[in-house]
Amino acid sequence: MPSLSHVIEVFFDTYDIFIKGMLLTLQVTAISIFIAIFIGLFFAFLKISGIKILEWIANAYIYLVRGTPLIVQIFIFYFGLNDLNISAFWSVGLALAFHNGAYIAEIFRGTIQSIDKGQMEAGRSLGMSTNLTMRRIILPQAFRRALPPLGNQFIIGLKDSSLAAFIGMYELFNVATTKGANDFDNMTYLLIVAVYYLFLVYLISALVGLLEKKLSVSD
Amino acid sequence: MDVRDMINVKKLNKSFGDLHVLKDVDINVKESDVVCLIGASGSGKSTLLRCLNFLEIIDNGQIIIEGEEINADSHDLNEVRQKIGMVFQHFNLFPHKNVIENIIEAPIHVKGVSKDQAIKEAKELLDKVGLADKEKVYPSKLSGGQKQRVAIARALAMKPDIMLFDEPTSALDPELVGEVLATMKELAEEGMTMVVVTHEMGFAREVADWVIYMHGGRIVEVGHPDEIFDNPVEERTREFLSRTY
Repeated sequence: MPSLSHVIEVFFDTYDIFIKGMLLTLQVTAISIFIAIFIGLFFAFLKISGIKILEWIANAYIYLVRGTPLIVQIFIFYFGLNDLNISAFWSVGLALAFHNGAYIAEIFRGTIQSIDKGQMEAGRSLGMSTNLTMRRIILPQAFRRALPPLGNQFIIGLKDSSLAAFIGMYELFNVATTKGANDFDNMTYLLIVAVYYLFLVYLISALVGLLEKKLSVSD
Repeated sequence: MDVRDMINVKKLNKSFGDLHVLKDVDINVKESDVVCLIGASGSGKSTLLRCLNFLEIIDNGQIIIEGEEINADSHDLNEVRQKIGMVFQHFNLFPHKNVIENIIEAPIHVKGVSKDQAIKEAKELLDKVGLADKEKVYPSKLSGGQKQRVAIARALAMKPDIMLFDEPTSALDPELVGEVLATMKELAEEGMTMVVVTHEMGFAREVADWVIYMHGGRIVEVGHPDEIFDNPVEERTREFLSRTY
């Protein structure tokens, strides 16, 4: 084991390169989560559409994502999109979006269905259309209920982005393993990268917590 | 003077799967009538009420609202529903919106009323139901009776011609029932056409123009409250009232 003073020393010597890696990690996570929310909403709506073929499509998508390792999905996206001249950054971003979208779809489906059906009836009884009621009444409540599990999924998404290292993206984890190999000091760099990940996870938790608090005024 | 027909129901039938809930139901509600539907739970009275604003789609029969037969396939039900306010047993307020936001939601987003105008009208309605000081409060902070009065104000904000009440006091603590009934009574005195599913026999007796007793998906007896409560013709009505009233 490296000594604590050594780890701290290396930490301060290498912060510039780690921060670059961290920004890349953040970017790919943010983009993938952003897209995944729309994918998730889309497939959640398919699942609750009541139309067999659409439900089947959504189930097939979720089954596909759950049934295969993320690393395999990333490589499929990477090699598949490579032919279309799409960068490694975007292949990973899209692969993570595709992956997280399935879990987020299940989160949204669950919370939308958990909203009392009296809410839809109240909206309809006031002359609001189904779509308008969904948008203005159901979704805001469902989204609020979805926040804690969504935050959890964002954290999983962040940590999963480390798999981008395997297609050569120079994000946090790749910085750590590369530096560790070069300096024959793997343990030090792995401990350092763990600290960066903990910081990012803390950041996401805090942001989600803040949002939850902001939306809890009606409690 | 001829009084306008507001609701005509003819030979209405409704089933849920194998369960035949409404059997050849006919009703006729004229302008400013207050009609109370009474009967045991499972008699179909709530289902009948829900059919009247098409929350349930009927199997066959006719529903004629203000002289026009409404067909779920060919009519814009959203437009029809704007004329028919509904108050639910469990209030169904929008919990993420405060009191005034609950009331202005549909006028703004369905009718296209300006926000200023909607707020002005909502304040008048809140004043009317005695909750002028609660406009910024969220539903979770209101008592059941207050919630139901907000729900009434919310329905009235659409300026409906007809108001439907589905057991509006059944979910309330006994001491809160009175304030809701008082609001409804006031509404009735102003001439609102009302159809009320209720177990409050005192209210039915005092406020209703007509009382309809339902049993097993059929209308058993229709009459003035005095006739129904003091001199029911049908044995089943008498039996029901002796148990509940």
